[in-house]
Amino acid sequence: MYFGLPDDALALREGLREVLATACTPAVIRAAWDGDPCDALWKTLGEFGVLGLLVPEERGGLGLDELSFVAAMEESGWHGVPGPLVETVAYLPTLELPADGSARIAVHRSNPVPHAAVATHVIGATAQQPGLRAETVDRSRHAAHVPGEPAPDSPASLLATLGTAAFLLGLARRQLDLTVSYVKDRKQFGVPIGTFQAIKHPLADAVVGTEFAWPAVLRAARSLIDADPLATVHVSMAKALASDAAYRMSRVCLQAHGAMGYTVEYDLHLFAKRTWAMAKDWGTASEHRKTIARELL
Amino acid sequence: MDLRETEAEHAFRLEARGWLEHNVPHGLPSGDTLEGFALHLEWERKLFDARWAVVGWPEEYGGRGASVWEWIAFEEEYYRAGGPQRVTQNGIFLLAPTLFEFGSKEQQDTLLPRMAGAQDLWCQGWSEPGSGSDLASLKSRADKVDGGWKLNGQKTWTTRGAFCTHLFGLFRSDPSSERHHGLTYFLVPLDAPGVTVRGFARLDGDEGFAEVFFDDAFVPDAAVLGGVGKGWSVAMATTGSERGLTLRSPGRYTATVARLLDLARERDLDDRQREDLAQAWMDAEAYRLFTLQQVTNERAGRGRPGESSLNKLFWSELDIRLHELALDLLGPEAELEGPWSKGFQFSLSGPIYAGTNEVQRNIVSERLLGLPRK
Repeated sequence: MYFGLPDDALALREGLREVLATACTPAVIRAAWDGDPCDALWKTLGEFGVLGLLVPEERGGLGLDELSFVAAMEESGWHGVPGPLVETVAYLPTLELPADGSARIAVHRSNPVPHAAVATHVIGATAQQPGLRAETVDRSRHAAHVPGEPAPDSPASLLATLGTAAFLLGLARRQLDLTVSYVKDRKQFGVPIGTFQAIKHPLADAVVGTEFAWPAVLRAARSLIDADPLATVHVSMAKALASDAAYRMSRVCLQAHGAMGYTVEYDLHLFAKRTWAMAKDWGTASEHRKTIARELL
Repeated sequence: MDLRETEAEHAFRLEARGWLEHNVPHGLPSGDTLEGFALHLEWERKLFDARWAVVGWPEEYGGRGASVWEWIAFEEEYYRAGGPQRVTQNGIFLLAPTLFEFGSKEQQDTLLPRMAGAQDLWCQGWSEPGSGSDLASLKSRADKVDGGWKLNGQKTWTTRGAFCTHLFGLFRSDPSSERHHGLTYFLVPLDAPGVTVRGFARLDGDEGFAEVFFDDAFVPDAAVLGGVGKGWSVAMATTGSERGLTLRSPGRYTATVARLLDLARERDLDDRQREDLAQAWMDAEAYRLFTLQQVTNERAGRGRPGESSLNKLFWSELDIRLHELALDLLGPEAELEGPWSKGFQFSLSGPIYAGTNEVQRNIVSERLLGLPRK
């Protein structure tokens, strides 16, 4: 029994952290908000190899497994990587496309499709030219309407669901980090607000949520690797727990920042708004609970 | 990441399952009543005779030298078979880890086998009328006398104190000390002259609580565990076990969820109830997975400060949610005395005992997140 990331996944995450520290700063996310497709960032991701991490080595990928995948997606969530990262990594193994950052894959599950306006390929679209753009609350999502039928459930869609769960927990960890340092510095009534139980206790509860969601993500990754008959249920569990925990964290972190958090000048909103959007990507918590209930009852 | 049991672990699980299926008693009255307690003792002694009482302990003390993984598997099988709550738990799960860490060889040799065999029954002596969450304010004192100590003061909310034979707890051994300094951890027989125990009823009506009075009660020097004046750090080891994995293994909750699902399958469910049941199943699973990760990390020396408080917050809130859901399914039957209504009332104590959840949230935010105390 060993419950944790293997060494190759830990090494990948470590390397990715270093790369993203300079390649995906909040300024890069803000550029995406202004319409930048962030080609330089995606080229860097391709060079590092993360885009092809699930692609076999003989096809030019890293040939890593689902545990490395969730480790990389969690770290990418912390940095708030803009664009269809989860979908691209999940769907590249099924397609004959380069993993160097030149191919960006969005997936049509419902219209409008997130990232369709910056994607080079849209799964479930009959034409690759995106149609009418849709304004999103998180403006880095670059959604657009596409013609065609929604992409069906598949091994790749399961991967994307799990990757989104991991990404959400990275987003939550980033918001927590921002909040912990803020409440240590911010003084009211003559003391740091982080000394108040009214700040501490909701944060502790939010941490309980994310701490108990992460092992579910790891287990689902293991189940996908093993082709466990319950893998679909385990992925649903990971996404339901991660969606709720990350959303809860975003609420608590926003509240702990007071008015400071309620501005677009401060970075917190970049990660909060991504959380709101991705909590609904690839099935809401409620939808995944219904899936699980069908299995259990 | 390897979630498979080894052959030896699996054989251990099957052996436990086979024995438990044939031996677990069903329908025992609550162990927190005088009649029930006696029946639970019979069960505890049967467990001990078959060497299933303390599987993780060394064989010389009645255990099987089982690994933590095997212990978790045993617990799963125990609760899956419908095994009752362990009336020996405060001894075997809370005091014993502390004795293994801080006790002298003589203390271990004398106390552990009698504890495992349910000959000595241990209760905790932490809270006092004026010291609950603020444990370090405790006033019960120990005064040095020739060959030992004289204890004075009062402990209260002592679970099963009226049925137990021994108490472990903290006393102020340095009268000039304050807060968590100058405290000593004592092991006290409740039949010592000068000790008076008065049982009283808990919320659920069982006489599961007691207050314990000490009036010049003498204990010998050998009753000190872990050194004079070192009581606080010794006690923290016990409370870590209480909050974390040792006291509340995941098997309890996965078994409760299995019973909850059985209850649900007999009924018409609305959409909200179906989602709540899925959530209940996920949460019990999440607790199980979290503990597997935790044991892995602790064995690799990667344990984190305050982590057992995460367990405590999660299992205590989870236990309430599971019972609330059962009562919701039962509808008008929920008010009848029965295992679910009893379990619901017991679950409400979870966020209070073992350090209130308010204290646990302070610990998580200060030790795990690094927020300032003041």
